[in-house]
This record gives sequence, structure tokens and C-alpha cells, in this order.
Amino acid sequence: MVNDPYPDYMRESIKIVEKTREKRLKVTMDHCSPDEIDDVLNNYHPDFIKAQKASLRFGVSKGEVVPLEVAKIIETKSVLDPKKVDLNKIDFVVDLLIIGGGGAGANAALWAIKNGVKAENILIATKLRMGDSNTTMAQGGIQAAVREVDSPAIHYLDAIGGGHYENDPPLTRRLVRDAPLLLQWYEKLGMMFDKFDDGTMDAIHGGGTSRKRMHFAKDFTGAEIMKTLRDEVFNKEIPIIEFSPAVELIKDDKGQVAGAVLLNLDSKEYITVKAKATVVTTGGFGRLHIQGFPTSNHYGATFDGCVMGYRAGAPLKLMKSVQYHPTGAAFPEQIVGLLVTEKVRGKGAQVLNKNGEQFCFPLETRDVEASLIIRECGGRNNGLVTPSGQPGLWLDSPLIDQIHGEGTIAKNFAAMVRQFERFGVNMIEDPILIYPTLHYQNGGLAIDENTATAVKNLYAAGEVCGGTHGSNRLMGNSLLEISVFGRAAGITTAKSIPKVSLGKLTLDHITKYNALCDEHKVKNPPSPILFPDYSRQEHKDRIIPTNFLV
Amino acid sequence: MDKTTTEVTYEKVKIIVANTEFEVPSNLTIMKAFEYLGWRLDRGVGCRGGFCGACSTIYRLKGDHKLYTGLACATKVEDGMIVAQIPISPANKKLYDIESLKAVPNTMLEFYPEIARCISCNTCTKACPMDIEVMDYVQAALRGDIALAATLSFDCIMCGLCATRCPAEITQFNVGVLARRLYGRYIQPEYKQMTKRVKEIEKGKYDAELEKLMKTDKKGLAKLYAERVREKA
Repeated sequence: MVNDPYPDYMRESIKIVEKTREKRLKVTMDHCSPDEIDDVLNNYHPDFIKAQKASLRFGVSKGEVVPLEVAKIIETKSVLDPKKVDLNKIDFVVDLLIIGGGGAGANAALWAIKNGVKAENILIATKLRMGDSNTTMAQGGIQAAVREVDSPAIHYLDAIGGGHYENDPPLTRRLVRDAPLLLQWYEKLGMMFDKFDDGTMDAIHGGGTSRKRMHFAKDFTGAEIMKTLRDEVFNKEIPIIEFSPAVELIKDDKGQVAGAVLLNLDSKEYITVKAKATVVTTGGFGRLHIQGFPTSNHYGATFDGCVMGYRAGAPLKLMKSVQYHPTGAAFPEQIVGLLVTEKVRGKGAQVLNKNGEQFCFPLETRDVEASLIIRECGGRNNGLVTPSGQPGLWLDSPLIDQIHGEGTIAKNFAAMVRQFERFGVNMIEDPILIYPTLHYQNGGLAIDENTATAVKNLYAAGEVCGGTHGSNRLMGNSLLEISVFGRAAGITTAKSIPKVSLGKLTLDHITKYNALCDEHKVKNPPSPILFPDYSRQEHKDRIIPTNFLV
Repeated sequence: MDKTTTEVTYEKVKIIVANTEFEVPSNLTIMKAFEYLGWRLDRGVGCRGGFCGACSTIYRLKGDHKLYTGLACATKVEDGMIVAQIPISPANKKLYDIESLKAVPNTMLEFYPEIARCISCNTCTKACPMDIEVMDYVQAALRGDIALAATLSFDCIMCGLCATRCPAEITQFNVGVLARRLYGRYIQPEYKQMTKRVKEIEKGKYDAELEKLMKTDKKGLAKLYAERVREKA
């Protein structure tokens, strides 16, 4: 083969995969039994490695078990020196401050307007551009129990069981009950979901679903949602401040949250925002690369919202739990960690070891499937290792066209096909190499079903929160989460804003938190970190501080 | 690992940024090459997976007069490549209330009359990193074929490279989003079962059942969960 992207030893393994394809076509492995699930999770899921966890030593969730990478950026001082901020001069006075320009933030803004907040009294502050978010990257779909054979109760049971019964029941109830409302709203906004000629939306299974309730817009579901929501945010002329991430929340002398301090990434100066309600929609922590895993996440997913919320006194929950998506790209090297949507397995692609053998049901819940893949590679040594040292297994994508007819992959997985094609891999003809990738933050800020945190005037929606999915989220429940809880935040804050009276603004909570850090002799670099750092030490060692240029 | 160093050593290539030559490993994308040089990015970077359109890049190749376009996260460096990024595409998006629009042939022209200036040069199509037939959808919009404009533009990530290259100064990506919204709202038929389900939910049809599940203990839930019958694929 001319210019084969796969090295010889991988090509040899592909030949075995091709040979076994016909035989495998109609053979599906059984589900794991509850005992097998416990066993594989305990032995192979990264969450169960005790040495990779720490208990928070101080703050409102003292004792909460978190990944080491999380402890490092929570147990540390703020990047903001409270003494240097003049709270007598406020740059923006608004009713509603939304921190984060993704799907949850856009929904919060739009639903606040629908419930009486004036667009000009809102401010959306975002680290990068409006719409830059994990929402944009979500490919597979959005769950909603719409079909006759389905019901919100069945959806609830799927989500609770998939989450190992650690879900917060009121949150999960709101998630499943509001789901059809949001999907209908999206239809009305003009999002192009895959539909049959009579208007019925196509729906498929995801891992752990007992009904087909994954609705989708090709493999651009999140992008379609985000593009439309952003268009709508622009249409409503909602004020947006881009390239200005929040670095700390502002409180008042009554202990309520009263806005935030933003950082202008260009001038490097701070910006003060006073708000009667503040909604944190900053997303998750993929770019912390927990346990060194590659990630499917957006560049901006650095846990900022949780860090700020925690310093302001909002508890965290379920932080022990991290979602690794079973199928991240493992080859070619340029796209390692990027998501290969679960829909590929939903459409029939099997997961195989280097000998072309199936070793599990391909649509277990994500934590179980990821653990089974890690076991097959590390535990049983049946995986391949790429030239750059990345382990992986085959996802037999060509099966999809064999099952559903030629052209199915090209039509349904345009984004995916293009992704691989750019680096020479043709997933229509060849299987692709996959390995679990860090995908989602299961834990986060604790909220009630109306998105209120424990701190007055502080709300949170989306991946930044914990509890909705227990210790494992099902596919299609995160696009749903940003929709349902983004909307809920908009409705809730629209109601709360008229009742809010703010006192004297203060950053004392930061001063106190910094003192706690001194007390515990903290040595970690300050946070929030805002961006991951991929520069090498040899560069860091030579940096001249450039503050004098500002 | 989304880290710029790997255990393998790749041969180095020279890329040129603003007349300055830099040596970077040949296996890197343009974005990772910048990071390899020690740059911590806060512009021209986003999802890093080809979905967000934040890292629009223009470049020329050695000895080649052509101006190429691509995404920094999805384009490999080449020896002699001269690179510049266009992180933002300026555009005047037209404002509208989707509820008051009509999916009639003239709507597209009404909002974006400049599509009539299209000279069919196909530069937009050549510039598109998503391999979209951009000119065809602009032409479809011009003819009032909203359905075709919507379907052809579906994969658009709104990076703006088409608009940057367009001699007729059209902002194709905004034309596309309007076409898609008109199509999704007015041309695709309504999902009737969904309308029915929403009414059921609003009437509280599932509330009691959900309430009961919320009160069921873990053991009870585990039993119900194990008894579920998975609908055939």
C-alpha cells in the first residue's frame, strides 16, 4: 500500500481484523453481570487507584476526595491579589452575570430574557469566544424520552443505574422530565436534527440506555446546538465580553455573591462586575489531564468555575469520580485523545483486540466499557502500542457500512471521517485505534434542582456541577444537562433578581482563603489556571517576566 | 497525550512565522508547533478538534504561489511553510426573530443582499477546511433554495475562512446559519410525538412515577435496573 498511515505491525493486525469480520458480524457479546462490573471497575477504572486521590485539607468541602490534579489547583492561593482590586469603581453593573459562553451559559441568558430579564442587564463573560466550549464538541446526541415506548421514568432509571445510584435524585428528575421540553425548544429555534420524512426524529441507543432516545444532528449535534444558540444570543443583542475569563467571585458584607472579577487577556487588567445573580457555566476539567490521560475536551476546560465557587464557600460533590470516554483516538498521533463518538458503536462497530477478537459488549456504560478496554490492553496484554507509546484497541468502523449499506459512515460520521482523513487514515476501509480519553467531570459544584448553590446569589449549570449523573454519566445526558440546567438557571435567576439587595462589596473571602493556604503551608502555583500549559521546561527556565511591558 | 513532546524523535522542518524561521518536529500540527516553540496560546485556539473554527490559518508552501487555508489544529506543518493566523472573522450578522420569518425564496436575499454579488469564482469552496461546497450553498441561497443551502452548509464550523477570501465580500457562514434555521424551523416537519409528550409532561403525567422512583432505595432501584429490557437496536 502506498503511504500507509499504519506501520507494518499494525497493518498485520488489521489483516486479522478483516479476516474475522464476516464471522463476527452477527455475534454480539453478552452484557457484564453486576459482579463482573464491580470487579472490572475496582481493578481497572482509574477512579479506584487510591494513590491518585487526595482529601481536601481545608475549605467548605474539607475531606472531599478529589484527584491529585484537582487538589493541586484548589489547595492554593488565588492568582488575584485582593488588595490590588478597587471595588469602589465597578466597570459593569448588571442584573445577571453569566460566566462561561457555552451551551449552559447561552441557555441561561436566553431563558432569563424569556422570563423578564432585560437583555441589556445581562453580561456574558467568556474566556475565549462566545460559543467556545465542550458543547460545540459534543458529537453523538442528546437524550430525551420522547418516543411512545419510552418515558421520563425509564430515562431516570437508566441514568440512576448508570450513575451507580450516586445521583442526586431531584437533579436527575429535573434532567429527564425537562428533556422533551428542551428538545422541542431546539426544534422551534430551527436546529436541524436528523428526522424522517414525517418529522419524527431519528433516535438510537447509547451506552446504558434501555430505549433508543439519543437524538442527533449527524455527528455535529453539539455544534448544531451551539451555533444556533449563539445565533440567538446575537439576535437578542445580549452584551458579551470575550477573552475575559473570571478569576474570582465578588461577595458582599452579607456573605452573598455579588459579581466577579474578570481578567482582560489583552491589557491584563482586571474588570469588576457587580451582579444581582451570578451563574457559573464554565464547564469541566478535561485540560487538567487527570492521571496523565489525553482528553477530548476544549482548551478552556480548566476547572476555573469550581475553584472560584469553592473559595466563595460553595461545596463540591462527587469529585472522586471522573469520566473516561471509552473511545478516544489513539492513532494517528496528531489526534490522540479526540473523541470518537459512542454513536460509532451505536451503529454497530465492534471493539476488538489485536487478534481481531471481541471481548465485551460494545455499549456498556462508559465507566465499565473504558475499564474493559484498559483491562484488555494493560491487564491482558491484548492491545497494540503505537510508535509514540500510546496503547490502543481496534474499533472496527468498516462494519457499519457492511451492516447498514455503503455510504452510511460517510453520511453519519462526516466530522469523524474528516478528522481521520486529514492525517491519512480512512475509517471507512480500515478500523481505527482507540483508547479511553478523559472526557467529563462527573463531580463539581453542588446545586439544587433550580441551580442554586449553597451561597446566596450564586448559581451553576452544566458540567461545572456535580450530582446529576452520579459517578458515571450516560452519553447524550450532557448536552441535555447544559440545556435543562442552563434553562433552569435563567428561570431561577429571573425570579430571584428583583428580590436581591446587595451590601458592600468585598474580596475578604479570598484574603481568608489565602490565609488558610499559608496555614497549611501550600506550595502549589496559584489558580485558577485559565489555560493548560503545554510549553516545555527548557522554555519555562528562560522566561523573562514581562510585567514591565504592560 | 496532547503534549508536544513524544518519545519518538521526528525529523525537524522549518516553518516561517512573520519572516522568522523556526525549527519544529515534522509530525506536529501547526497549533502544537507553536506550543513546541514555548508559546502559551490565548488566541487562535479552541476545541483543538476541528469543531469550533477558532484557529483559522492561512499559509503558503515552499516555492508555491498559492495561498492555502486550514485549521491550525488539523493541519500538519511542512518544510518551508509560511504561516499566519486569523483568529476572528469580522462580520455584520443580521438580527432577526426566527418566529417572525418566513421560509420563502426571498428571505435569504432580504437579509444578505450581497449574495447577489457572488461571481461564482469558487474561492470560498477552495478555502473551506470542512470541504463544504460553499459556493453551491451561496448560489442555492441566491436562488431561494433554502433546503439545499441548509443541507450543504450543515458541517460549517463558522471559521470565516470563506469570507476572508471572498471577492464579493459575502459572509457565507452567516448566510448558512440563517438557511439552516429556516430549514429546521419551517421546512423540516414538526415532530408530532414530541409535541404530545411535552403536553403530557406539562400535565404532570409522569410526576407520580418519578416521585416514586426518587423514594425507592438503592436496593429497590438496583432490582428495577437489572430487570430492564433493552429495546432491540
